Amino acid sequence: MQSKPKIVPLGDSSLLVQFGSEMDITINQRVHALAGLLDVSPLAGMIETVPAYATLLVQYDPLVLSFSQIRNFLREKISQVEKITPRKSKQVEVPVRYGGEYGIDLESVARHLHLQVEDVIRIHMRRTYTVYMMGFTPGFPYMGKLDDPLIMPRLEVPRTHVPAGTVAIAGSQTGIYPIASPGGWQLIGWTPLRLFDPNSKTPFLFSPGDEVKFVVEDHVA
Amino acid sequence: MSLEVIEVNGLATLQDPGRVGWRKFGVPTSGAMDSFAFRAANLLAGNDSNCAVVEIGLGDVALRALHDCIISVAGVGYGLSIYIWDFPLWSSYYVRGGWTIRLDKLDFDMWAYLAISGGVQTPPMLDSRSTYLRGPFGGLDGRQLQVGDVLRSGTPSHPLNELAARTLPEDARPVYSHHPTLDVIMGPQENYFTDESIAAFLSQEYAVSHTSDRMGYRLEGAVLSHRGKTELISEGMAMGAVQVPSSGQPIVMMADSPTTGGYPKIGTVVSADLPLLVQCMPNKSKVRFRKTTVAKAQKKYRELMGGFERIMEE
Repeated sequence: MQSKPKIVPLGDSSLLVQFGSEMDITINQRVHALAGLLDVSPLAGMIETVPAYATLLVQYDPLVLSFSQIRNFLREKISQVEKITPRKSKQVEVPVRYGGEYGIDLESVARHLHLQVEDVIRIHMRRTYTVYMMGFTPGFPYMGKLDDPLIMPRLEVPRTHVPAGTVAIAGSQTGIYPIASPGGWQLIGWTPLRLFDPNSKTPFLFSPGDEVKFVVEDHVA
Repeated sequence: MSLEVIEVNGLATLQDPGRVGWRKFGVPTSGAMDSFAFRAANLLAGNDSNCAVVEIGLGDVALRALHDCIISVAGVGYGLSIYIWDFPLWSSYYVRGGWTIRLDKLDFDMWAYLAISGGVQTPPMLDSRSTYLRGPFGGLDGRQLQVGDVLRSGTPSHPLNELAARTLPEDARPVYSHHPTLDVIMGPQENYFTDESIAAFLSQEYAVSHTSDRMGYRLEGAVLSHRGKTELISEGMAMGAVQVPSSGQPIVMMADSPTTGGYPKIGTVVSADLPLLVQCMPNKSKVRFRKTTVAKAQKKYRELMGGFERIMEE
């Protein structure tokens, strides 16, 4: 029933393998399975991959590989994707201080959704989320799916500065800003966890596939 | 061998080819904006093309050689002086200990690259010496160069006198311009845009906005209208990708761009023409886009990179 993924160029040195166009866990697992397959069977001239929700970006060196060469290689690898099963995921508990100084959109989100602030917090905490992909800035986890009552559009005008550790929502996604950066998501809280440390042997707190649960932070000063 | 920073009032950072293999965790590639001039600077100094160099934009920088060394400078928009003389870019020079090297910003164009034979040595972060200011990490603790910084080099590949006076002839370099026409490969979301918008994108002139930076060059010109949706679920991006948010004004992804994005990409500037766009000056330069194919773009890139075989002794 799965249709063949499309392989389309993104410029002359990258391409996208399109498994689908929606946020779906089965599609996403196929993206990561192909990324894993390519990690363990690299092709000379293939530079790196960027797995996302439903697509895998593959960057290659056009001095070594033509588009059709890498496309043919990828087609063969795609045919092996079904044999790969996702690894056991890691469980991560994320303490959150909702609202306050960092969760500055919490009240407007509640108003917009016709909910009480407490309901927004309760609904955000009741699900276990999956890390579908990492992107945007170092260590940013794109997690989903949010329960329908929490689906909010992005801000019309993105903020120029969102502090590190800010917990946010947008559409059916939730995420955490690992470093201070611009941001267009709705900010609902803050976590003291450090998501990215370039000096560490394990620089990133999250990996794709991780299962994440938000809990209320204990009130320690 | 080392260089001491004695004056800096521009954006001076250490850059190498960029961070490879970490984009899957959201880490931008970073690295030199003009990859051609960057590579030329290294090769002229007898370096491997992955050595770290000084990238300077937006202002001037001056360094003092603490020992005899070979330096090379490539790029556009800068005047080079060593000791009491002015010299052309795209060449390597023997610099005596104690002499001052100045790179002074001219009116047009953006970036120059200063390499020292042996390459600037710093502890690599995530496999690269490139500075990512927003991180902040890489280069010198993720920051811009400042007065007093001492840049130490590794061992030169050859005796110094063999590395001096090498040059890359002008006809082997990209044809930099203040109003370049840039080849683009259309898609992958070309179908998100109206036919009129695609026609406008491929025929109108776009000005480079003053809000451009190492993350992205913002363009101002004919508004590109979406047929319907203005967003998609986030997917990987590449340097040169032209994203169009709901404002209809295109943004071209640059070295420090986010690894993923959710705005439709109308096309991607080809590798061979990226240096031309990178060197465009905000508020001054204007660009046009022309449709090409992947095969033609790759051929053009191979031809451009073949120019490095023409580095010669003067």
